[in-house]
Amino acid sequence: MIEAIEVARSYELDGVSVPALKRVSLTIEDGDYLAIIGPSGSGKSTLMHLLGALDRPTAGKLLIDGKDIATLTAPEMARLRNETIGFVFQAFHLLPRTSALDNVALPLVYRGLGARERRKRAHSTLERVGLAHRTNHRPNQLSGGEQQRVAIARALVTEPKVLLADEPTGNLDSTTGQAVLDLLENLNTESQVALVMVTHDRDIASRAQRQISMRDGEIVG
Amino acid sequence: MRLAEAWRVAMSALVANRMRSALTMLGMVIGVGAVVVLVALGTGTKNMVEAQVEGLGSNLLIVVPGQVNFNAAPAVSRMDNQDLDAMVKVVGDRERITATLTSGETVRAGNESVFTTVNGVMESTPKVFLRGLRTGTYLSRTDVDTGRRVAVLGSFVAQRLFGERDAVGQQVTIAGVRFRVIGVFAPLGQSLGVDRDNEVHIPITTAQRLFGTGRVDAFAVKAPDRETIDRLGEELLGELKRRHPDTEFSAVTQEQILGVLGNILGILTAVLAAIAGISLLVGGVGVSNIMLVSVRERTKEIGLRKAVGARPRDIGLQFLLEAVLLTTAGGIGGTLLGVTAALLTAALSPVPAAITWWSVVLAFGVSAAVGIIFGVVPAQRAGRLDPVVALRTD
Repeated sequence: MIEAIEVARSYELDGVSVPALKRVSLTIEDGDYLAIIGPSGSGKSTLMHLLGALDRPTAGKLLIDGKDIATLTAPEMARLRNETIGFVFQAFHLLPRTSALDNVALPLVYRGLGARERRKRAHSTLERVGLAHRTNHRPNQLSGGEQQRVAIARALVTEPKVLLADEPTGNLDSTTGQAVLDLLENLNTESQVALVMVTHDRDIASRAQRQISMRDGEIVG
Repeated sequence: MRLAEAWRVAMSALVANRMRSALTMLGMVIGVGAVVVLVALGTGTKNMVEAQVEGLGSNLLIVVPGQVNFNAAPAVSRMDNQDLDAMVKVVGDRERITATLTSGETVRAGNESVFTTVNGVMESTPKVFLRGLRTGTYLSRTDVDTGRRVAVLGSFVAQRLFGERDAVGQQVTIAGVRFRVIGVFAPLGQSLGVDRDNEVHIPITTAQRLFGTGRVDAFAVKAPDRETIDRLGEELLGELKRRHPDTEFSAVTQEQILGVLGNILGILTAVLAAIAGISLLVGGVGVSNIMLVSVRERTKEIGLRKAVGARPRDIGLQFLLEAVLLTTAGGIGGTLLGVTAALLTAALSPVPAAITWWSVVLAFGVSAAVGIIFGVVPAQRAGRLDPVVALRTD
């Protein structure tokens, strides 16, 4: 599904090249459940941005769904994100003043689907995350857990091959966080969507099939 | 993303920020409104002046001593009745030419008096200029030939001296001499700043005796058609030149007057439009400013949209459409405001208004163009935002 070979990413800061990620190799198969763990500044977010085709490596080779990221244009990368990847963020990133249904339907807008089809798919995806009764609520009318479930529905509505979750429980209390994790894990086992979770919490990471520990831009175990 | 979808997204973003959208639009409303109203008033004034010049009659030729110059005082005439006879011979038809001798005089009737323009004229005047009578008759050829003391009053003069009573048959005193009123003009209104209802016509021969002069101030000739007007003017000037070799004369046509006035008023309208255009530009800069703020404020939204598959051009289009929506809505509002203001001004003041379709189209087109031009930079900035950076922003 995703194959990273000696992938590196560095940033230019005042003319000085600062490495954020140093020669990381990694493979993610369909249906995988992988946790990337490490302290802040370890490069785990940088790695996730690369795996999600939000960013390009400065060295190495990165294949997502068989496509070499280095050869893709910006619109092609946008299409790849739309069709292959679902993002779940710590801060939810829902559009304010927009209903749960329209938030979930947003990725389908960029796929060019008609309004009726978008609403139909968004509705059934909200059902899957247990929020069928909350379709017309706006984010500020939902609890934190509900908001994250809307965000998960948005990530799922395109039927991606991989879910990339960046500290998905970071803004939630432990009970709600547990429920969100359960939901993600169920989706992983039921629909064979690969789940990659970035976290700094060892307990959460230990639930994954596979763990990658990072430190100073390198995989350390 | 489909265009219809992009419109919907842009629309909902504007509605979500109602106050800001309204304030931004206000700049456009004022700019477009100013263009529409100032062009309407400028054009209205131009139309009015042109109508007044044309209202004098058609194919008119005015012959005066000296140069026709809007800045110079009129030259003192050296033309007399012999010149008049010569002019009639050139024109070949006494019906087509009239002469004037003008003086400002006080006209009295009973206890009422009015200071007015007294024109000594020929009986052909109503045929040369377009003048109609309300009551009575105009001067006859016999009146002119024998120098009768008869007068035709302008409607304002008749109203001042006799009120609602019929002036025909009444006596008036002009410069101390008694005249019998034989007719009253139909009201005409203003023409080039002259109140044409505030005048009295008497036979030119009577006027020459009354004012103690043999002078003729000017001739007015009605050419048979537009084609002969210039040749006729040259013939008249040639004859005058032959009779008075050391004096300059001018023949001016309505078209020349219209041309000069039209130019002046056209420039005036253009200057007004340009001033209004500046406010339109300022409004456009305001739109650009707000759009840049909007891009910055919605960085996270842009990042998220990109993460779920928006291409750079989808984002750019969304912001560009927002700017265009803002300015065109402002353009519609400004057009309504401008039309209303122009109609109000026309109704409440003597300044006429002519709402021209081109000023509305221009203002509207310019406001849409302003939206595109001033929306492009913010839209490009939004489209180029790096999603990683955008999502990280707090």
